Amino acid sequence: MGDHHHGPAKGLSRWLYTTNHKDIGTMYLWFSFAMFLLGGAFAMVIRAELFQPGMQLVEPGFFNQMTTLHGLVMVFGAIMPSFVGLANWLIPMMIGAPDMALPRMNNWSFWILPPAFLMLASTLLMEGGAPAFGWTFYAPLSTTYAPPSVTFFIFAIHILGVSSIMGSINIIATVMNMRAPGMTYMKMPLFVWTWLITAFLLVAVMPVLAGAVTMMLMDIHFGTSFFSAAGGGDPVLFQHIFWFFGHPEVYIIILPAFGVISQIIPAFSRKPLFGYASMVYATAGIAFLSFIVWAHHMYTVGMPVAGELFFMYATMLIAVPTGVKVFNWVTTMWRGAMTFETPMLFSIGFLVLFTIGGFTGLMLSIAPADFQYHDTYFVVAHFHYVMVAGAVFSMTAAVYFWLPKWTGRMYNETMGKVHFWVSFIGFNVTFFPQHFVGLAGMPRRIPDYALQFADFNMMSSIGAFIYGMSQLLFLYNVIAAIVSGEKVSDEKVWDGAEGLEWTLPSPAPYHTFETPPKLEKQPAY
Amino acid sequence: MRLSQDPTIDTVAKLCSVSMAMFAFVFVVMVPLYNVLCDALGINGKTSSEAYISVSADVDETRFIKVQFIATNNDAMPWSFSPEVTEMLVHPGAANDTVFFAANPTMNAMVAQAIPSVSPSRAAEYFHKTECFCFEQQPLDGNDKAEMPLQFIVDQDLPADIKTITLSYTLFDVTALISDKVASR
Repeated sequence: MGDHHHGPAKGLSRWLYTTNHKDIGTMYLWFSFAMFLLGGAFAMVIRAELFQPGMQLVEPGFFNQMTTLHGLVMVFGAIMPSFVGLANWLIPMMIGAPDMALPRMNNWSFWILPPAFLMLASTLLMEGGAPAFGWTFYAPLSTTYAPPSVTFFIFAIHILGVSSIMGSINIIATVMNMRAPGMTYMKMPLFVWTWLITAFLLVAVMPVLAGAVTMMLMDIHFGTSFFSAAGGGDPVLFQHIFWFFGHPEVYIIILPAFGVISQIIPAFSRKPLFGYASMVYATAGIAFLSFIVWAHHMYTVGMPVAGELFFMYATMLIAVPTGVKVFNWVTTMWRGAMTFETPMLFSIGFLVLFTIGGFTGLMLSIAPADFQYHDTYFVVAHFHYVMVAGAVFSMTAAVYFWLPKWTGRMYNETMGKVHFWVSFIGFNVTFFPQHFVGLAGMPRRIPDYALQFADFNMMSSIGAFIYGMSQLLFLYNVIAAIVSGEKVSDEKVWDGAEGLEWTLPSPAPYHTFETPPKLEKQPAY
Repeated sequence: MRLSQDPTIDTVAKLCSVSMAMFAFVFVVMVPLYNVLCDALGINGKTSSEAYISVSADVDETRFIKVQFIATNNDAMPWSFSPEVTEMLVHPGAANDTVFFAANPTMNAMVAQAIPSVSPSRAAEYFHKTECFCFEQQPLDGNDKAEMPLQFIVDQDLPADIKTITLSYTLFDVTALISDKVASR
């Protein structure tokens, strides 16, 4: 072994054996982008089939496999790993630590992911086809009526659950134990805060998901009856367990996005983040509330009225801390010296579209109204406004924002702006009409629809193709920047950016903060 | 409480315990708690799976409750399954008897399990079964048939706004489930 300060190893083994947080972060980011394209390809099949009413391209069974795998791949393969990658790259640099607390476990938590998704994707080629029961895999669709490949699906969920738990434990251990001297909790950048809280959510609910799929496995193969009424179980129990995991899960996806936006908006407004402490408390409040609202996903199962009311009011309560956040972001921009580079455009796009998604969420939280909206395209429109325009837009903003720090090279600003506008328009053309068809009663997860929905569906499909294509522009821009982008020499790539990572050279050296930085002048964000 | 001198290992040990505790929580808390809550509060239309021990009480002859019976076969269950009468008018507090008919038209011996559900679900906790075929599994030989008894009491405390109670049975084929259990023994 050579000097500790040597650079990365050469060749494939660098990536296989690496324990460097930057290498692992890079692998997470590329992996999640590959999954984003795969999940996107599934979405294209869905939208192509829905381009016109009637059965056009694929069999209904295959269509159901597409909706299922699209959801699973996007949630567990694209969005979650992308934010873990971001955490790996940024958290040590933001808190002045040399690496993650558990570098070897870090390597593991990444490298078990590709096999898990290979296994999940391989179910497409199996007899009986891939899982076709929707990403929420409600029993008994996922037990009694599941294709044989469901066992591979269960194992894939187990593996990626283990990966997420290991990743979260690593993040918590890093943030709690490896902050530079003087970096108190209330001085941590908000991205670190939101990830710390997210990691706690993950540690708490990923085991619940693992429990749910384990029960499925036992029902299918070992003769138990957790979800089978014949043996004394109850299919509704599955929905309770799933959404006890599932609702915190949506905040697991969106809280790191909140963190990213809280870093980028101050940078391009050239003002400190408004209401730092309230942001921290709002994040914690959202995380707490996420545990007591799960049954708002299942208003129609036949709950007692008292239950409906409890979950309705608890859900509406979440609008309060979320509103605090939106208010703080807008107030940060207020009277700021704003400029509109690509990361800022995506952040403002996030702010506007996420807020729309939040409002439709409020509409859905109203129990009596939800009986009309339940399982329609209105729900599809709602969660794509918060998942795509929320999580994916903020992730895109993050890549543009930190890419110069990671690579030492600048992306093409014009192409970035084009990417934003094409994405923004494509996204809205895709999902805004889905509100209308949903309110008019078009159910989700069906390959065919009544004629009156035809025009809006065609619009939706065209928008989806535009949005999908615009991601290739993004890919090209990132690769072109890495290969031949204009070199950046400043440590502070963006003049308004604050935080420890901007005190490092660009590109960030392989090893950073091997001696902790001095923090006297670091402001709190 | 510190689990280790090394702060990192301490954090990791605590978090691992939390995640293992949450995994166990699903099995040992959520599942039983769900069943206990459904039983205790009568939500989800679940009636008790054990015979009700009747207590002597006055029959409330001031009102009639209409009790309707529905028999459904689950999935590919081939049996014929039906109630003797589709509805009865009963007084709260009185014991009532009826029967359901089941016939196995196949050549093979089969085992069935009837799962009850009461609607409105609020009525479930006031609907007491002192004897029910649903408490046990029903084995029937091929081409055999059976009369399956049901004895029930509607509680005098049934809320006044409930005038009709629907008792629905779904008949499940549990032959495979039984043979699996025998095989695994």
